[in-house]
Amino acid sequence: MNMEEVKSSLISDLEKVTDLKELNDLKVEYLGKKGKITELNQMIKDVPNEEKKEFGQKVNEIRTMFNDIYEEKRQAFEAAILNEKLAKEAIDITLPSKKVKRGSKHPMTRITEQFEDLFVSMGYTVYEGPEIESDENCFQKLNLPKGHPARDAQDTFYLKDEYENFLLRSQTSTAQVRVMEENTEKGPIRVVCPGKVYRRDEDATHSHQFMQIEGLVIDENVSMADLKGTLELFCKKILGEKTNVRFRPSFFPFTEPSVEVDVTCFKCGGKGCPLCKQTGWIEVLGAGMVHPNVLEMSGYDSTKYQGFAFGTGMDRFAMFKYGIPDIRTIYGNDIRFIEQFDKKDGE
Amino acid sequence: MKLSRKFVSDYIDLDESLTINEIAEAMTSVGNEYDSAEKLINCTNLTVGHVLECVDHPDSDHLHVCKVDVGSEVLNIVCGAPNVRKGLKVIVALAGAKLPGGEIKRGVIRGVESNGMLCSKAELGLDSKFLTEEDKAGIHELPEDTEIGSDPIVALGLDDEVIDFELTSNRGDLLSIMGMAYELGAIYKKPVKEVDLSYTENTDDINNSFKVDVQTEDCPLFLGKMVKNVTIKESPEFIKNRLMASGIRPINNVVDISNYVMLETGQPLHYYDADRLGDTLVVRHANDGEKLVTLDSQERELSSEDIVIANKTDAVGLAGVMGGLSTEVEMDTKNILIEAAIFNNVMIRKTSKKILRSEASNRFEKGLDPKRTYLAIERSCHLLEKYADAEVVGGMSVYDKTDKADKKISVSIEKINKVLGIEIPEETCVSILKDLGFEVSSNNGLLDVVVPTRRLDVNIPEDLIEEVGRIYGMDNIKGKLPVLNVVTGSYDKTKREIKNKMVAMGLNETCSYTLIPKEEVHKFTTDSFEEIYLADPMSEDRNTLRYSLLYSLKEIYLYNKARNNTNISIFEVGKGFYKEDGIYKEDLKLAGLMTGDYYLDINNSKVDFYTVKGVVEELLEYLGFGGRYSFVVGGISDEFHPGQSASIILQGKPVGVIGKLHPNVLKDNVYVFEINLDKLLSNYPSKMSYKDIPKFPSISKDIAFILKKDVTAGEVMATIKKAGGKLLQSISVFDVYTGENVGEDEKSIAFKLNFLDPTRTLTDEEVMNVFNTIITKVESTHNAKLRDK
Repeated sequence: MNMEEVKSSLISDLEKVTDLKELNDLKVEYLGKKGKITELNQMIKDVPNEEKKEFGQKVNEIRTMFNDIYEEKRQAFEAAILNEKLAKEAIDITLPSKKVKRGSKHPMTRITEQFEDLFVSMGYTVYEGPEIESDENCFQKLNLPKGHPARDAQDTFYLKDEYENFLLRSQTSTAQVRVMEENTEKGPIRVVCPGKVYRRDEDATHSHQFMQIEGLVIDENVSMADLKGTLELFCKKILGEKTNVRFRPSFFPFTEPSVEVDVTCFKCGGKGCPLCKQTGWIEVLGAGMVHPNVLEMSGYDSTKYQGFAFGTGMDRFAMFKYGIPDIRTIYGNDIRFIEQFDKKDGE
Repeated sequence: MKLSRKFVSDYIDLDESLTINEIAEAMTSVGNEYDSAEKLINCTNLTVGHVLECVDHPDSDHLHVCKVDVGSEVLNIVCGAPNVRKGLKVIVALAGAKLPGGEIKRGVIRGVESNGMLCSKAELGLDSKFLTEEDKAGIHELPEDTEIGSDPIVALGLDDEVIDFELTSNRGDLLSIMGMAYELGAIYKKPVKEVDLSYTENTDDINNSFKVDVQTEDCPLFLGKMVKNVTIKESPEFIKNRLMASGIRPINNVVDISNYVMLETGQPLHYYDADRLGDTLVVRHANDGEKLVTLDSQERELSSEDIVIANKTDAVGLAGVMGGLSTEVEMDTKNILIEAAIFNNVMIRKTSKKILRSEASNRFEKGLDPKRTYLAIERSCHLLEKYADAEVVGGMSVYDKTDKADKKISVSIEKINKVLGIEIPEETCVSILKDLGFEVSSNNGLLDVVVPTRRLDVNIPEDLIEEVGRIYGMDNIKGKLPVLNVVTGSYDKTKREIKNKMVAMGLNETCSYTLIPKEEVHKFTTDSFEEIYLADPMSEDRNTLRYSLLYSLKEIYLYNKARNNTNISIFEVGKGFYKEDGIYKEDLKLAGLMTGDYYLDINNSKVDFYTVKGVVEELLEYLGFGGRYSFVVGGISDEFHPGQSASIILQGKPVGVIGKLHPNVLKDNVYVFEINLDKLLSNYPSKMSYKDIPKFPSISKDIAFILKKDVTAGEVMATIKKAGGKLLQSISVFDVYTGENVGEDEKSIAFKLNFLDPTRTLTDEEVMNVFNTIITKVESTHNAKLRDK
């Protein structure tokens, strides 16, 4: 074949190939030992010397042409093969994932941590006292001598021993005493004490075991107004910025003056509903100025120091925050309940 | 305490325009919370009617058809009461009337038109305990002169309003109408009226014929007064109505007066039938086992902790709680001994808690004002003379060790404002205290206050501050934030991090009860310890403080299994309790329980020992105890599978347990662990610090040995580690095989070994030398064979 014949046949041959194998066969047919282009190249020796250069150039042009087309075709075929392979590898992306199981934090832990974080940000130290306490710490040093009628409000579990002088704490207020006693310098104090407490009581709104948090601030000049400001901040942060706080005088043996603290009803926003008995307010905390007897019994000079204390049941906050109707659900540990607390909480 | 508006109005003039709710709210705002405030009778559309005609219903054997004149018209009303008859004045509920039982509608009863209802007292909603048999049997018959068309509630004298207070335990003085009057007086700035104590005495002296012998220090005040020739009859309506409004059932005039005076003054009284009593009253402690039948016909067994009132032979009353049946005032009673006393409130509280809570004990427990004790006697005499024709005997039996001196307390205006955090002017403070009935003299900002004896709760300056604050309005204090030194707050980070780590590993946190059944307390542990019981548990299920949390987790598992929740991975952080050398101790513990699916893929792989082991290892590594802990067979209680459990050892000391539960405990494949966090965290975690990243490549080699089945991977790894020397960086197991390619009592374990020298590139030859040493050592130590590839 002459040069022009090779050139036109390679174009039509390359156009006809349908797969990579035919393409490679064609490469042998043209560039192999006995290939058509190889043969053209061999013809150079028969060409007169003055035409050799031009002949050689033309053969090279044909070879380059072949290679260019070949390369283009090869890439196209390989891409097609790869695409076919990928198509075969397609999976059902709707099948379930290989999940890492997500754990959950108990709602009471969540509430506790939220309370702790808020108070720690205000410079309070979290103090967790023991759950077994002496009658002295839980009552007597809180100005509740034996036989005090206010003890009735807290039906306490005493431990069985010779003296029946130890008990499961019925209030976290007992931690106040420990903090004051342990403060050997008898100087300023700023603590919150969250923890489990126990009372002989059980129904839809009472569990024999529940959680309280107690706050205690002692300094030379803290007042009822400081208490109110602190609780206003606390209630707004925990229950929402629209929450208002109301003080009502009340009685606790370890504070004087004492107040009950009401907040804007979280259900109706203060308009009045069955939850707040149409009053628009819900009672959530007890508080007051630390009774001078309590200060003195733990070694504080009540003429120099005064302080405020507050306490509340955290279960009620959890019940409100997550809309849990029955306290027994909180301690029921049904996995379908606790699993619900498995994500970041929208603030 | 139920406050009758009519009753308290005897002592204070309240504006008629004030609603009962306003009064209740005002009282609440000064610290006296209320439960309810409402009309005594909550009915509408009632009127007084006159039965003009009454004939039998044509179609019934018990109904009557009445023509009733209600003033504006004559109504046809069908009535089923047996006592309805022509001429009666009756209570008519007109159509549209709302009664506690429902709304009255016009209707046709068996063919006869009926335009209302004739009412009994019961239908007005009066508590059934206040109703006589007569009241229950038929409609109420009003007096003949009752005006037709007038309000029957007014005619009955039941047009009262009642506030039910939930008082704080310090305000015993408010368990009286007089106390309430002082409180309302301070709120509304109204004076409290004098009580009528007038009566005449005969010329006898009780002390000539009657003796009181107080034999205990627990009765500081005992007064006896005699009245004679009483007429026992029904009380006047106003007494009955006020008792009912206060929640007390009227009985007869004498008994009612004792209750009436108690309500007025707060001083409980007891009236004895003097003829049944004899000539002596003794106050003493009961003998252990002594028996007394109280007024409610119950026999009570007493102990020396109770105080009794006795005559010469027997106990006739349980002091402060309830009188005895044998000396009860009855219809034939003529002569009465009035007792008014004060007893040790703590003892009364104990006795009443044990035996019976009563209106009397509730008042004794809170403490009483001795001045009121005297006043109650005089008020009794006044009312008994007036309403029971009593002849009052002169003189009084008095045993009195009380201090009736006024309490004087001083407080400065500066202190008041420093505690409250506001500026209340001096004159406001003074006027508040005066309105409360306190005497006040002020001197350069210092208030000298005389507190009336009725206010047992006011003793120190802070109490006065509270009085000022609560009347001024605690809510009028404006909140501000305390100005305090800057300090850093803190909390237990480690405990929180442990919880976070467990949650991150996919476990759900539980919160269970501390109290468990006694028989469970020593399970899941081999520790010997003294357990802690409750003195007075609520139930057998919850009578002991838990030592291990695993009982609780097991119960949670069972609870959930019963509800088809079978894939469970839970943990809890809580206290375990025990007693050591007589001291109560509590250790913080972490426990976990895992079963069912944990890996959430579709391969259905279940939790096994190694899953739980992985969780525990991950936690220990995270807490910085890597390389210091091990899992050692043994030291495990019977609740664990003996072949799939281990003690968790940290630096030679046990800190926890891990394993599968024994089939005797749970048949299912349930795995648990428990770590004593107090023990664990008493070891310091390692400090985090940077190590150089290796500059030279490591060489890894795989090797597999055929071993006897009882040889553990741990033992072989220890041997390899020792033989490998410094160049051996790490060992891991990557395959365990049992089956046809090895002997029946054999297994094959494959290890991946990693060699590295941080200072240079290792040669193959060096590594092979070490590698061969390892092979020789393992073969000789464990009778192992190198497995062919």
